[in-house]
Order: sequence, then C-alpha cells, then structure tokens
Amino acid sequence: MDNINGKFIDIHGVEMLFHTKKGVFHALREINLTVAKGEFVTLIGHSGCGKSTLLNLIAGLLKPSEGVLLCANREIGGPAPERAVVFQNHSLLPWLTCYENIYLGVERVFGATENRTQLRDRTRAALALVGLSAAENKRPNEISGGMKQRVGIARALAMEPKVLLMDEPFGALDALTRAHLQDELLKIVAKTDSTVVMVTHDVDEAVLLSDRIVMMTNGPAATIGEVLEVKLARPRDRVVLAQDPEYGQYRTAVLEFLYRKQAHPAREAA
Amino acid sequence: MSAVVESIMGENAKPAGPAGNHPPAAVNSQAPVSPPAAIPARRARKRLASGGLFMRVAPPLLGLALLVLVWQIIALKTSSFPTPWVTLKEAGVMFADPFYRNSPNDQGIGWNVLASLQRVGMGFGLAALVGIPLGFAIGRVEFLARMFGPIISLLRPVSPLAWLPIGLLVFKSANPAAIWSIFICSIWPMIINTAVGVQRVPQDYMNVARVLNLSEWKVLTKILFPSVLPYMLTGVRLSIGTAWLVIVAAEMLTGGVGIGFWVWDEWNNLNVPHIIIAIVVIGVVGLVLEQLLVALAKAFTYEQVNN
Repeated sequence: MDNINGKFIDIHGVEMLFHTKKGVFHALREINLTVAKGEFVTLIGHSGCGKSTLLNLIAGLLKPSEGVLLCANREIGGPAPERAVVFQNHSLLPWLTCYENIYLGVERVFGATENRTQLRDRTRAALALVGLSAAENKRPNEISGGMKQRVGIARALAMEPKVLLMDEPFGALDALTRAHLQDELLKIVAKTDSTVVMVTHDVDEAVLLSDRIVMMTNGPAATIGEVLEVKLARPRDRVVLAQDPEYGQYRTAVLEFLYRKQAHPAREAA
Repeated sequence: MSAVVESIMGENAKPAGPAGNHPPAAVNSQAPVSPPAAIPARRARKRLASGGLFMRVAPPLLGLALLVLVWQIIALKTSSFPTPWVTLKEAGVMFADPFYRNSPNDQGIGWNVLASLQRVGMGFGLAALVGIPLGFAIGRVEFLARMFGPIISLLRPVSPLAWLPIGLLVFKSANPAAIWSIFICSIWPMIINTAVGVQRVPQDYMNVARVLNLSEWKVLTKILFPSVLPYMLTGVRLSIGTAWLVIVAAEMLTGGVGIGFWVWDEWNNLNVPHIIIAIVVIGVVGLVLEQLLVALAKAFTYEQVNN
C-alpha cells in the first residue's frame, strides 16, 4: 500500500468551534485520522459527540476552525460529488421521481463528457444496484423508508464517488429493514470497492460493517478516544457472526468504551 | 373563510370520536367482552357517520335562514330597507340581462364585474411579475433582505388607497391609478411569502445541492422553485383576497366602469336592493377567486417526505 492509498483521507489536527449566540462551542479537538483507499470506517459515540460534525467536515459542508483535511492529497475546500453523502433522512427531493433524483447527480458529474443515453444507463444501473428498477417512476412519498434510503445510496453511488460518506443512514429504519440494508451495503461495497466513512450509534452495525471503528469521547471538545481494528474475514454473515467469539470480543470492546469509559452524557447531567 | 369554518367543524367533530370509542374500552376492563355492550357503541358510531351529512348541510342552511330572518325584521322596521323578497325579485330582473350597455355609466352588472376583474388581473399580474422574483432575491441574498426589509416593513401597513393620489399624479388617469393601487396592495404578501419560503427551504435539500455541486440555475429550478411554490401560492392567495377588497374602494374613488363604482352609483340613485345584490356578487366572486387558488395550491403542494 503506497502513501496516497494508505492516507486516502488525511485529517490532521482538526479543531472545530461553533460560534453560537450563547458563545463559542468547542465541538471537536485534536482530530487526527487517516482512512485508506477501499477501507470501511465507522464513527461511533454518544449523541452530541460531534461524529456528524466530523463527517460534515470530510464532506466539506463545514470548514474546520483549525487543521487540515485532505482527500487524495488535495485539501477539502468544499462539498464535491467525489465525496458523496448519504444523509440520515435520505433527503430525496419529493417533487422528483426516484429516477430523476439520481439523474440530477449523474447529470452534474458526467453530463459534460457523456451523452444522454450513457447518463440514462448510469442512472438505471444505480437503481438496479440497489434493486429498485421497478420503482424508478415513483416519487419518494410512494415508497417505503427503506426504499428511500436505498435511493439515497444509489444517488450517491451513481456519481462514482471516491468516498462514500454516510450519516446514520439506517438510523430511522426498523431493525429488520436495517439488517437487510446493511447486508446489501456490504455487497455493494464489496462490488464497487468503495471507501466508506459512516456515522452510527449502533454497535452491531459498526462491528458488522467496519474495517476500523473510530470511537469518540463525549463532547464538548470531543476527540477520538480509541480506534478498534476489526479483523473479521469478509464476506461477513450476520447469522454466523452472531455465534463467533471474536465478533463478541469486538462488540464487548466497543460497549466497554461507550458505557464504561464514556458514560452517557445524559446520565452525568442528571 | 371556508377553511376557518372547516377547522371549527373539525374541532367539534374530534371530541365526539374518543367519546364514541370509549364505552367498549371500559367494558373490556371490567369483564370478558360482552357483545350486547359493544353494539350500542357501534350504533353510536353509525349515528355519527350519518350525522356527518346532517352536520354538513343543516348548520349552513340554518345560518342562512337566520340571516334572512334578521334582514326581514330590519326591513319591516325601516321603510327604506328592501325586504329579501323584493331584493330577490330585483336580482332576477338584473341577472336576466347582465351584459347590457345603455351608456358608459349604465352597463350591466356582468360588465362591471368583468371590468373590476380586469383591473385586479392587471395590477395583480404586474405585482406577481415584480414581487415573486424580488421575493426570491430577498430570500436568497441576505444583503438584499437587509436592504429591503425596513422599506417593506414601513410601506406594508399603509392602506393601498393612500397610494391612489400618487397613481393619479403619475399616470394622470383613473384606470391606471386603480391598477396601481392593486399592484401596491398585492405585492407585499407575494414578496414576503416568497422570501420566507426561500428561507425555509429545508437545509437538507440545500446540502444535497451543495454535495451534488448543482449550478445556481439547477438549484433554482430543481430545488428552490418546487420547494417555495406552496409558500408563493399562499402569498398569491392573500394578495388576490386583498386586491379584491381594495378594488371596490378604489373604484368608488376613481369612477368609470366597475363593481365598486357601480355600488357607489346605485347609492347615489338610492337603489338599495342593487347595493345588496352587489355585496353578494362581490362576496361570491371573492370566494370563487379564493377557492380557485386553494385548488391551485393543493395541486402544487408536495407532501413533505418523512421516513
């Protein structure tokens, strides 16, 4: 692994301050993290620990108060389709069909170099990838929550991003749908060899999907507490893993961090 | 108006629901389900359902009857006030030929209403042409919002009729001056609602636009416009309501052909039944305009998507 691939995303000495009406809020401090090409990294921590802030920094939706973020050796100056985001609430445009929602991004990225047929094929391929070819002419309010989230993922993947950023993509779904989508995501990531950074608060999800789990301390001034490397072989099967002692150890390690070392902030406040 | 009525009726209907459902629950908690006790509850629900039609038809009719009754009493007490029956007969004569033309000052009510609608349409259309783009600009650019904010706050409370002399001064003619008043009164709700709509575009959608790196034109057509449309149509609806209020007053002052002038003319002729008919006509036209725009707004309102 050469240097660029090993440090595909390089976050160096990042501090994040928010200037609010109540004063300055120190959200993140001393964040140093590298993500290799093709790696699946999850950010986990209690709510309010700034994991979404960190993701938004990588996305370029926020600018760091201090420090540098690099993607493929170039500084992240703002949002770009090369770092596609899957939003927690899917953020599909309700007045466009599933097809049009995806096409919007495809057109922006490939519109200058490809003709309409190619753009259409790309959009159709993305829908097929998430198994929603049949729903291409439906509007978001006509399909289920799980399907919407799949369209959101398809929209992100269709742009062939260098990095896929996911902000609690399955957080609002029921447990069964969530498990189903996690399995699908594993397959898609294996197929496309994507680099993924995902925010989650679900321990099982983190262990099942990740190559590394980045555990964050409680805010304010949250930082990276521990990084756990998950060396489970791929492809991973949730049913088999449920009985795997190694899986249990990883799970325990994350739980230990979240509930022993970083007790829930709400309980401290009470 | 109708929305208010509906919401009042809705509130009345709601408490009836839980009350109808309550008895079976109470029975369940006491003893194993006893079918005889469940039946009255079902009957109660049926009575409510059949009461739906009754509740929809009877109260409005009763209200109308009460109005006519009060009117009749007033008419009997005062000699100059026409009875409902006299007015109705007069209306029959009037609506038999609404589009006659004897002289510029003596035309059918149809022509008068159309003349007023034309003025409203002109003033309103111009206001939409200026107000909606301005609202977009104000909503999108904070500098413009701060620039125009104080001016709008200052001018918005001014009665549109106060602008009529300015219109007469500038345009030197009554008709453009009336249109000018309509323009002024219609423009504020459209600017403000459009601007508010632009500011309330969900941040999620704007984030999508940023991540996809959409051009300003795509942002406008694919995200801002569809998202703002419901707010804009609210502005349009408020505007047309005000415009229709103002035109009557403006025409009383400017004269010519128009429903407002017609009311004033009939007052000078002391033709009270015609005034009453005109009031009803103005009300009906206003209601129709409002309902048309409500239907339009419904057709263009997208359901906010939740999970």
